[in-house]
Amino acid sequence: MIPGSFDYHRPNTIDEAVGLLASHAGDAFILAGGHSLIPMMKLRMATPEHLIDIQDISELTGISVNADHIEIGAAVTQAQLIASADLSTHCPILSETALQIADPQIRNVGTIGGNVANGDPGNDMPAIMQLLDAAFVLRGPDGTRNVSARTFYEAAYFTARDESEILTAIRIPTPPAGHGHSYQKQKRKIGDYATAAAGVIVTMHNGTCTSASIALTNLADTPLWAEAASNALVGTSLDATAIDAAVSAARAITDPASDGRGPKEYRTHLAGIMVKRAIQTAHARAA
Amino acid sequence: MSKTHVKMTVNGKPVEALAEPRTLLIHFLREELNLTGPHIGCDTSHCGACTVDIDGKSVKSCTVFVGQAQDSEIKTIEGIAHPDGTLHAVQEAFRQHHGLQCGFCTPGMITRAYRLLQENPNPSEEEIRHGISGNLCRCTGYQNIVKAIQVAAEELSVKEAAQ
Repeated sequence: MIPGSFDYHRPNTIDEAVGLLASHAGDAFILAGGHSLIPMMKLRMATPEHLIDIQDISELTGISVNADHIEIGAAVTQAQLIASADLSTHCPILSETALQIADPQIRNVGTIGGNVANGDPGNDMPAIMQLLDAAFVLRGPDGTRNVSARTFYEAAYFTARDESEILTAIRIPTPPAGHGHSYQKQKRKIGDYATAAAGVIVTMHNGTCTSASIALTNLADTPLWAEAASNALVGTSLDATAIDAAVSAARAITDPASDGRGPKEYRTHLAGIMVKRAIQTAHARAA
Repeated sequence: MSKTHVKMTVNGKPVEALAEPRTLLIHFLREELNLTGPHIGCDTSHCGACTVDIDGKSVKSCTVFVGQAQDSEIKTIEGIAHPDGTLHAVQEAFRQHHGLQCGFCTPGMITRAYRLLQENPNPSEEEIRHGISGNLCRCTGYQNIVKAIQVAAEELSVKEAAQ
């Protein structure tokens, strides 16, 4: 399978990349790790005339963590996320999730920016970004704007990003110290997309849940932030009744496809199990 | 759509060529450089038969454009054995412990195992299985592949201790 022809560009700065996108409006794609884009190009489902490789743009590769927020450059690879001691300490759900994406070779190349920006409902990080209430920093010819991960996804492969914009960074409010986390992903084989997956973070105080956030992967044509399910946990002791309520609320917002990963009913059923296990695991890990 | 000037180091040797930007690294290695050790298996980044090292990291070369590897150091299965032709401990362990049946996955499997042992010289069985999870063996010969990697890890640590 041979991709169509294109011109290859390798800018050194974000401004240069934005300029290239603007001067080839609609015909240019950003190339980060390429592990979603190149397979699409081989199938000729994507036929860009220009590829803008961002690997030399050092502004896109940082990870910074402080008490208030976490900022991750769009070109940080999954392997770099996993290796970051700061992230493992302050936001361990990121590495837990990254380790469940694809395989070692792909994690060496695939980036967090590509994972969240291309809008594939099978990708794992978008739900985690909704869970953490992340903001995506987009830079275009008119400047920079932030879009909440909870409003970024419109439909499969359709997002709030304009084709003239580049995702430059992800900003995450640093989760409270002592929070419990879990990403539970049911898949047919290692490296597969989820049949159903759920992420949960909870904070506990004297046995009572003081905050909770739940999000779901590959159970609709966008990632799903399960707001009602999250609220069902707050103020409870995360007992069986509260978990059942959250599971019902989460299942109610799913709309999975019937495909090779199973019929809709099965995937909805699994969604409930993933939510339950993620709540229980997050609870056990909470301080 | 002009050709681009490609420059990289492959198995220690500098390489320069003109290539169409759409050339995939695996095609460049196999067809321009005649390095036919890395195989094209699934061509969709699942099977790992095309695995090579780029700057000391395992990568699937079927899903990398040649331009992305500009100025990098590539190592293929052809660069794993010692310069005098004796096999590397990983290759020897695959040979001794039946780590290959039909042999199609073997170049990618060994190239990945070689890198895994650089990253983690004493992996547990579970770490080995996760470490080679991006390499598929359609003969399903995983037991002996894992055993070969365990033996290679021991061999390499004995060698290191002796030095």
